[in-house]
Amino acid sequence: MTINLLLLMALTITALGSVLKKDLVKAAIALAVTSIILTILMFRLASPLAAVFELSVCAGLITVIFMSTISLTKPLTAQQEEERLHSRAKHFASLPVMVIAAAAVLVFVGIPTNFILPPAAPAGDVRNVLWNERQFDLVGQMLVVLAGCFGILVLFKERVKTTRRAGAAWMRAIPPTAAGDKFNNGAQAPMKDDEVVSETVPFESVGRKT
Amino acid sequence: MTGNTAQLIRMMAIFIPLLFIAGFYCVIATRSLIRALIGIEILTKAVTLLLVVAGYLTGRTAFSQACVITLITIEAVVLAVAAGLIVNAVQHTDSLDKRKLENLRG
Repeated sequence: MTINLLLLMALTITALGSVLKKDLVKAAIALAVTSIILTILMFRLASPLAAVFELSVCAGLITVIFMSTISLTKPLTAQQEEERLHSRAKHFASLPVMVIAAAAVLVFVGIPTNFILPPAAPAGDVRNVLWNERQFDLVGQMLVVLAGCFGILVLFKERVKTTRRAGAAWMRAIPPTAAGDKFNNGAQAPMKDDEVVSETVPFESVGRKT
Repeated sequence: MTGNTAQLIRMMAIFIPLLFIAGFYCVIATRSLIRALIGIEILTKAVTLLLVVAGYLTGRTAFSQACVITLITIEAVVLAVAAGLIVNAVQHTDSLDKRKLENLRG
């Protein structure tokens, strides 16, 4: 029980650390540490398969997604950084106080623990439960993953950018082709005002300046 | 109910609400879009722990693990799409501040 208590305290502290850390990279790493501690707790609570999922997906994949997202955004300027520090101190100063107050209330109020638990069910296999009893959950998971793939494809595809050239006076300088002249020497006909031009814009990340 | 079970329930009943408070506070108070995602992740961890504890106390660990696996899968997909939305939003507003997202074209 002492080990569980220590793990729960470490879980709460790392979760608070990921909220209160100024640097987003350090916050993402603190979140990964939170996942690792949760994995240990899940192993101790007789849920090894879920613990492995938590470790591989939350501590691994999600941390990579966070790092990728942070790397695709622009770093703040010095002035923006200063403004952010002031607003963060104002907004997040009360969180540790709130957590300690809530913990004190929950400890001293007295949580009832004398309720009757249902009789222990025979231990089943996770695979049997997933494939035989929770089939709709699996279908739902597949649909969600498919929807997520389409979502990512739509968000990151190349866009066709349309622009209107209003008053393209510089194009009027090009002489018009002679009537009946099939070979116009490559000269283009002058563009009309407000003509729509389409160009393909590849996805560009707002890169970090090194 | 044994002493160990009662102690476990008491500990979880203290720490799981604290995780919920931290997650909700992070989502509501922050101005950064990425930090709001971190808050959602903390909320998901609180729910995961609650499911695992419920499975442990009732003896139905297989069912609780199946629910946790479903939750983790959906969480990963939602996070990936949300990260994509954030990157696109930063392209338009050039900032991670959620207050800059006020000009929505309807």
